[in-house]
This record gives sequence, C-alpha cells and structure tokens, in this order.
Amino acid sequence: MVLKEEPKSPESDVTSMSFEETKLTLGLPGEGRSSAGAVKCSAKRGFVETVVDLKVGSSGNCMPGGHDDTTTVIDSGEGKPPPAKEQVVGWPPVRSSRKKAINEKFRYVKVAMDGAPFLRKVNLQCYSSYNQLLKDFDNLFDCSNKEESKLMDVVKRMEYVPTYEDKDNDWMLVGDVPW
Amino acid sequence: MHKKMAFSFPDEVLEHVFSFIQSDKDRNGVSMVCKSWYEIERWCRRKVFVGNCYAVSPRMVIRRFPEFRSIELKGKPHFADFNLVPDGWGGYVSPWIEEMAGAYPWLEEIRLKRMVVTDESLELIAKSFKNFKVLVLSSCEGFSTDGLAAIAASCKNLKELDLRDCEVDDLSAHWLSHFPETYTSLVSLNISCLGSDEVSFSALERLVGRCTNLKTLRLNRAVPLDKIANILRHAPQLVEFGTGTYTADVRPDVYSDLAGVFSSCKELKSLSGFWDVVPDYLPAIYPVCSKLTSLNLSYATIQSPDLIKLVSHCPNLQRLLVLDYIEDSGLEVLASSCKDLQELRVFPSDPFGAEPNVSLTEQGLVAVSLGCPKLQSVLYFCRRMSNEALVTIARNRPNFTRFRLCIIEPKTADYLTLEPLDVGFGAIVQYCKDLKRLSLSGLLTDRVFEYIGTYAKKLEMLSVAFAGDSDLGLHHVLSGCESLRKLEIRDCPFGDKALLANAAKLETMRSLWMSSCAVSFAACKLLGQKMPRLNVEVIDERGPPDSRPENCPVDKLYIYRSIAGPRFDMPPFVWTMDEDSGLRL
Repeated sequence: MVLKEEPKSPESDVTSMSFEETKLTLGLPGEGRSSAGAVKCSAKRGFVETVVDLKVGSSGNCMPGGHDDTTTVIDSGEGKPPPAKEQVVGWPPVRSSRKKAINEKFRYVKVAMDGAPFLRKVNLQCYSSYNQLLKDFDNLFDCSNKEESKLMDVVKRMEYVPTYEDKDNDWMLVGDVPW
Repeated sequence: MHKKMAFSFPDEVLEHVFSFIQSDKDRNGVSMVCKSWYEIERWCRRKVFVGNCYAVSPRMVIRRFPEFRSIELKGKPHFADFNLVPDGWGGYVSPWIEEMAGAYPWLEEIRLKRMVVTDESLELIAKSFKNFKVLVLSSCEGFSTDGLAAIAASCKNLKELDLRDCEVDDLSAHWLSHFPETYTSLVSLNISCLGSDEVSFSALERLVGRCTNLKTLRLNRAVPLDKIANILRHAPQLVEFGTGTYTADVRPDVYSDLAGVFSSCKELKSLSGFWDVVPDYLPAIYPVCSKLTSLNLSYATIQSPDLIKLVSHCPNLQRLLVLDYIEDSGLEVLASSCKDLQELRVFPSDPFGAEPNVSLTEQGLVAVSLGCPKLQSVLYFCRRMSNEALVTIARNRPNFTRFRLCIIEPKTADYLTLEPLDVGFGAIVQYCKDLKRLSLSGLLTDRVFEYIGTYAKKLEMLSVAFAGDSDLGLHHVLSGCESLRKLEIRDCPFGDKALLANAAKLETMRSLWMSSCAVSFAACKLLGQKMPRLNVEVIDERGPPDSRPENCPVDKLYIYRSIAGPRFDMPPFVWTMDEDSGLRL
C-alpha cells in the first residue's frame, strides 16, 4: 500500500486519506468550511500518521513481526512497516535544499538477528556495495554462518515509502536490485 | 508666494552630513523633515531597499532616486521557502533590470531575495553596468550557469558573487573559466548551492590563486576533501571558508596536509560546508577553532560526542548552526564553553520521523539560555516543550531579539501539564522587550495572542501555524502589535471579522500571508474595495474563487501595501481584488 506523502491541495488530502483504515472526518472539497472545520482538516493532517500507524498495523500489512526465522532480518521498524508520516505541505518549516541534503545522509536501518541480545543500527549510506554490508554484519553480530546472512530483505530508509518492502514475507535474493 | 527656506548650511554640507546616515529608516526619516531635505536626500541616496518588489514600480524608484548605486529587492513571501507559494507566483526581476539598464549605467550592487532571475537578466546586467561590483542572489531561481558565465566574462570589477540557497540549472561546469585571466578583483564567492557538475576544479584553483584579495569562499558539495588543501594553499588570507564534501578514506598524508594548510590560515573566522563529514578529519580544523566566530555544521551528520569535541575547541563562537545530533548534552557543553554565543540554530535531522531519533529536548535550549549571556537569536526545532521551560528561558534571557521555536508535531501540548503553551510564549514576549521576530508552535489558544498583543510592542515579524481558536486571536495581534510589519499565518481558524475590523492596520505593514485559514472570498473582495492602497491577492489552485459560494474560504491570501497598484504579471491561479473586483471577475 502506497501512502501519498505530500498533499498539495485539499482534494489530494482527501484522496490520500480516503482508504478504509482511517476514520477521519473531513469536509469534501468545495464545501464552505466552517472555521472549526478548517482547524479539523489541518489538525488531522498533522495527526494522521498516528492513526495510519495503528490502522495499518492491524490490517495485516505488516512486515514479518515475529522474528521466528533464523535468518537475519533487516527491519526498519518495530516489526511494522515504517509509518510513512502523512506530510503536511511545508511543515515542519525546513527548506527543501536542507531536506534533500539531510535525507541523502539518513539511511539508518535496524538490524535484528535472532538470538542476538541487542539489535544494531547501520547507516546504509556508509556502504557502497552489498559485500561491504555483509562484512559489517559479520562484525556486528559475530556471525559465523555466512550462508544464512546471504538471504536478507533490504528495506529502504524510514521516512520513505518502502518500495523494497517484502510484504509477502518472501526472501528476495540480494543483488537482483543494484545497490 | 514662495518662501525660501533659510538654512545656515548650504546643500553640500547637508549632503555631507546625510552621507553618514546609512540606514534606510533614518534616511526615510530625514527625507520627511521638510521639502528641501527631501530633495537633497533623494539626490544623494546611494542605497535603495525595496522590501516588497510589488510595493513600488521600478520607474517610481528611479524617478525618486536618480543616483543610487546599490539596490536590494525582495520578492516572494517568506513561506515560499517551505513550498507554500506555487511556482509561477511572481517575483520577476526582469522589469527592474530592464529599467535600470537604461537609467543607471553606474549601478554597482544588486541584492535579490526570493526572486525569479533569468539568464537574460544576468546577461543584461553584465552588459549594462560597467562598474558592476556586487551580485547577491539569495533563495533565487530561474537562471543557469550560462547567466553566471556572462557575469564572469564581462564584469571586470566584480568583487562579490554570492548565490546562497539558489536553485541553479547546471548546464556547464566551465562558467568559472569565463573569468578572464586578467581578472583579479574577487573578494567574495559563494557557490555552495551549485550541483555536482557545475564547477571545474582547475578553473577554481586558478581563480583563487590570482585573486589575492579573496576573503570569502564557500564551495559546493562537489568539491572533494582532497582538493581543499590545494585551494586553501592559494588563499591563506581567507576569513570565511566553506568546505565541500568533508569525507574521504582516512589517509594520514591527506590528513596532515589538510591540518597543515588550515594552520596557515591565520585570518579564518568562519567555517561552513562539512557535507558528509567524517569525524576523523575534523581535528584538522582544530588549529583555527580558537579564532572561529561562526560555525555552520547544519549539514554535518555527526553525532554528539564529535560535535562536543569540536565545540569545546571554539570558545569565541558567536554563531552556531547545527543539527539536533548535538543533543541536550552537547548544548550543555556549548553553554559552558561559548560565552560569546549570540545566535544558535538547531535543525532537525529527521523532520518527518514519527519518533524522536535524538535526545534533544527543551533542556538544551534552557541550558543555552542560562549559560550564554549574549544569546539573542534562536531557531530551535524540537519535539517537546513545557511552559515551565519557556518561562525559565524568558527569565534567563530577556535580551532575545529573535525567537523561533518549532515543535515538530503541530498542536503539541506542554508535555508536563498537557496544557497549551500560551503562558510560556506569553513569558517570552513579556520578558523579552526587544523581541523583533517570533515564530510560534505547539498547542496554542487565543490567549497567547492576547499576550502577544499586550506585550510584544517591538515585534516586527510573527509566524503562526496551527494555533488559536477564533478571530479574537488575530484581532489581538493586529490591534496590539504596534511595530508589526510582517505577519504570516497558516492553518489557523482566523476569518473575516478580525481582518475587516483591522483593515487600516494592514496599510502600516509590509505584508500579511494567510493560508488554510477561514477568510471568505466575500471578505477579500470587500477588503480590496475598501482599501485601494492594499493589493489583496487570492491564490487558489482549485479554480476561480467566484466559481464557489462567496462565503467559501479562500485557499491562500496575500495582502500587501503598494503604491504601484495591482500587478499584471500574475499567473492564472492568482486573482487580485481591487476597487472594481466585483466587475473584473
């Protein structure tokens, strides 16, 4: 499920939030908004992500929540798909040049290995190939079983709509998609 | 009968006296003393500042000030920085350049902010002004490296070329080579906004090498770390330097080269850049840290311990821009190390994340407000705040002149009491009597606006988002804030009443922006009819406002005073409400 991220007009607001999971009440575009209504609309845009987070989780679109597999799982959330925050246009007030520059740096993902006492976080920006990533996993997890570490799911960074996400719990071979 | 003004001083003496008066406010004051002073002043005004390019026409400016050498123009409303102003809105500089090209062959300086600049305009500048010295384009767009090449090729006396935060179309990296080999007068060059293919390193090195008066050099991200040493070697006299990407495989020879060259820059006071910074290379700048007064680490994605180490080396810091990786702990160190700090900006590393990724809270701001006695300007992004903290901050630091707080989640209440943050911001305006600029955030009712209207008598610019309950809020601000010049509001339940009741106030201000509020089309029309010296512009991408009922709120509204009348360069989604607005639409 793809969530629209930047509603540019009241209409797109409504469309992007009109899937059944959300129970928001928004005035239809074109209707005279009362001042209270206007507040509701705008407030909801800010708070949608919480609702989306909960609803999406319960509708079963999750990533494999339980780490019941023995292979390394890369997960960028607490077992849920990263709640793509419904972004209000122009909020928070950060210039696009700054957003771009910071986004390019920000590729932290959580790595969980079954049996390991802690999770680790890696910055995907630091690596330039899958091999480097695998090597670092060895170091991080003291992973002696190289075979299993070859199978993993690569999930894109947190604040983007997950396009590599494997909703079907499939193990996608590393390397098909270029680094 | 024409009575001659009897003055003890001849005109030349008055002119000489006026030459010491530089600020526009004072100049404007001088020109209002009497007709004679108005005349003398207008002939000797050398710098003109136009805060809103649509408030006056180029011809009017030229008519009044026949001999200016320097002009500063601002175009789009501030909220354009955050994508709230649709593309094509306006702010075109070409009419200005065209008028001035004919009238002012001796123009030396052009400074533009949030304007659309074309290559044609840049070429016209290059061709028309023989003694052109300063071009500062701040947050501008619409031009390419071709325009820059024209400037480089023709402006033999150019001293300053500053493209801060611009969007430039990169067509060729070779524009820098258009500076002739004989050209040596560059003093300041800021190309930090340029993309990856827009600079040729060899041309840059040669340029830097022959411009021995170069004091400011801000490179773009594309300049790699290993090129910096060479560039700095050619320019040890630099006062302000912005690195490019500050990352490389750690190599001792590269490191010692860099450290050595930084040591030889004895005048360096300001550093910036640091994209993709690798902590191992940071100590290379330690030799200059003790003299640094300004440090921009807002693109440096390093963690708190490295930031703390760096900041501890800079006791003379007056200005710091940093990401929230610095965390509360880092700000506490800042508060104890940097007693000269005047300006602090803390930017969010993960503005759209659902949860905090760093430990930066209101505590950091409290610490800095307590420890830094000269702190007067703050921009702070955080995720929680309390009234208690704000009151403490206000009491600690009554000398704030700019206080901009952005609590990332709209309508966030006081995390301790779950109350609105009215009292906290109220304390800010009450204690900080010289406050000129304020940005609000968090859960706020009409009460905060009552405080602002009552206490913020020196406030010139106010930014409001997701706040207030009713028109009363807006009314408090418009009726109480005597010095208000710019007001920008988004997503607040403010409607017709306050606006119409305070229509006259709008003529005393530069501009008012309201988007996603509750101002009806009918009110906009009425305002346009009642106030001929205001341009009331409705921005609505949904279609013509008269295709909906009159009491429907408009999407966006921009009102500004003008003596030039309504503008004619509006795009299809902008409508102006003027005296005949009933007829014209």
